Amino acid sequence: MEAAIAPPVHGGQEVHETSTGLNNRKVLMWAFLGSDCMFFGALIGTYLVYRGKVQAGPTPEHVFDIPYTSVSAFALLMSSLAMVMALASIQRGDVKRMRIWLLATAGLGLVFLGGQVYEFTTFGSEGLNLNVSTFGTTFFVLTGFHGTHVALGVVWLLSLVILSTRGVITQQRSLDVEIAGLYWHFVDIVWIVIFTVVYLIPTPVIGPVAGH
Amino acid sequence: MAAHGVTHAGGVPHAEEHAHPGPEQYVKIAVILTAITALEVAIYYVEALRPLIGPILITLSVVKFCIVVMYYMHLKFDHPLFRAMFMFGMATAIFTIIVFIGLFHGLLPV
Repeated sequence: MEAAIAPPVHGGQEVHETSTGLNNRKVLMWAFLGSDCMFFGALIGTYLVYRGKVQAGPTPEHVFDIPYTSVSAFALLMSSLAMVMALASIQRGDVKRMRIWLLATAGLGLVFLGGQVYEFTTFGSEGLNLNVSTFGTTFFVLTGFHGTHVALGVVWLLSLVILSTRGVITQQRSLDVEIAGLYWHFVDIVWIVIFTVVYLIPTPVIGPVAGH
Repeated sequence: MAAHGVTHAGGVPHAEEHAHPGPEQYVKIAVILTAITALEVAIYYVEALRPLIGPILITLSVVKFCIVVMYYMHLKFDHPLFRAMFMFGMATAIFTIIVFIGLFHGLLPV
């Protein structure tokens, strides 16, 4: 009688062969990121259509504080560096250093989120909100969804830190960190686009939107 | 480029996957990204560049975007399927933005 062949195990995880030869979780993450590109594409497109439409309340130039937002953008950019350093650490088998870099990434993400909360509060006190104009609506929806992505990323990173303290995240399971990293870098590249398109490029004076 | 030779959990070797950059390269890339961001902010304040600010800033933004995707997300070194999946989403997003602007600003026939 032939003995059943158990699937090989790496770091407590079963190894499965796939038809593509690629890890299914990584394929899933890239498919998600591709779909999230479309999601943010729709939000950015809507913002660009309506940003010049200020029926009431402050205009973009009136409320945006470029030096302040630049610091937030820098924090998120540096969080991407911390994220790849965390991945490089776990790929070397250095769990302790990975934990430090993951905490640094999450910390910089929280700095960004704190900055966004402060910015939203300031804009609100200056009369900009979701209802006052189509600029306000599209701005808060776009940046709010991005902020939600950052918040979810911070939760994900902190959960990895907790798992690493329990010995779950090992060198053999570096893919767990790599997949979280892909998500985090995506959040960063979306902000690269938002920072330029929403904050830096001046709002042009446009004609009436079709249908209005 | 530092080779890592990692066998991921899930264990399936990544076909056609090449060595990723090492920590030193990551820091160099971060310096480049910071310099580009500083340049973007500086350009925002140069009045003489106002007529060209859109194309200049979009170009710099695309450069930053590509650097992060290629080197931090390792798309340059990973399997072409990942590149195809991401590029399909990106192309759809860019198409959506162009069509939105075209339709709502009367640049395209409705």
